[in-house]
Amino acid sequence: MSLFKSVFNNEKKSAQSAKERLQLVLTHDRTDITPAQLEALKDELIEVISRHISIEPAAVNINVAREGREQRLVADIPLKVAQRRGK
Amino acid sequence: MSAKIITVTSGKGGVGKTTAIASLGIALASLGEKVVCVDGDIGLRNLDVIMGLENRIVYDIVDVVEGRCRLRQAMIRDKRVPGLFLIPAAQTRDKNALSPSDMIRLGDELRPEVDWVLIDSPAGIERGFKNSIAAADRVLVLTNPEISAVRDADRVIGILEAEEKGSPELIINRVNYEMVQNGEMLSTEDVLDLLAIKLIGVVPEDKSVLVAANQGMPVSLDNDSRAGQAFRNIAMRLTGKEVPFMDLAEKDGFWDKFSKLAGGN
Repeated sequence: MSLFKSVFNNEKKSAQSAKERLQLVLTHDRTDITPAQLEALKDELIEVISRHISIEPAAVNINVAREGREQRLVADIPLKVAQRRGK
Repeated sequence: MSAKIITVTSGKGGVGKTTAIASLGIALASLGEKVVCVDGDIGLRNLDVIMGLENRIVYDIVDVVEGRCRLRQAMIRDKRVPGLFLIPAAQTRDKNALSPSDMIRLGDELRPEVDWVLIDSPAGIERGFKNSIAAADRVLVLTNPEISAVRDADRVIGILEAEEKGSPELIINRVNYEMVQNGEMLSTEDVLDLLAIKLIGVVPEDKSVLVAANQGMPVSLDNDSRAGQAFRNIAMRLTGKEVPFMDLAEKDGFWDKFSKLAGGN
């Protein structure tokens, strides 16, 4: 197990960790949005949308995406299969 | 003459701003341009020692701004290359001795005197930094392929954008090719992907930079230094010439491979 672990760890080079950590940190530095705020936003969105259409709350994904120096809020909200009335 | 005013800044300290300013100054002057390097780090003066001109200081930037001397009296001529001058920072004053409007006035006074004004910004994002960018036509953000330096560079780029200074250009300094190859250092591409601004130079890590600093000889005077070559390339790009980016692998070139094959090293 420990051998497996060390082999597995070796696969991810430290430069890759640095890049991934920076991607997250820069997004937060640039937008000033905390993970807690994002979570609160997600809960409210689910609530509002659920009032109108039926969605899968557990599968909702809200993220800040980078595009060059621009940040955008991306929401991925899977819909439930429509249950046709009267069938 | 109407000088272009260029500021080198970084957010984080110790990434090589002063080395860059001294080297770009020497390199531009060697191309026949008239250049004045300005140390914007009031209270922590260092460009003088990197340029090897510390024994010739009489007046400094605060003396000029406060009218205790004429501009030309504070411009120390570097005797190694014609057309190169230094305006040193004040060492005994605090950084609030100058304001951004002082710097704009100084810049306007310098414009007719030279082709290039290179301003060495202090680390940080406070008064000294604001002073250093106030008069700039172009800002170069310098960073190392290191997590804290890249983060601070991003902050500085954000501030420059917010102040509508235009998009700055990036110098990545101290790249260790071998470590990048081994996945142990952020590559040029990684840093560019993260910071998303235009690249103007990549400088390899090079022991000759410290040796040059020890002697007060800007590294671009050393024809054998790869960092020196990288800075000379950046100087040419500043003047508008297209210079291909240096092949960082070159050091591991024919002779290294040959000597490895031959069992050396």
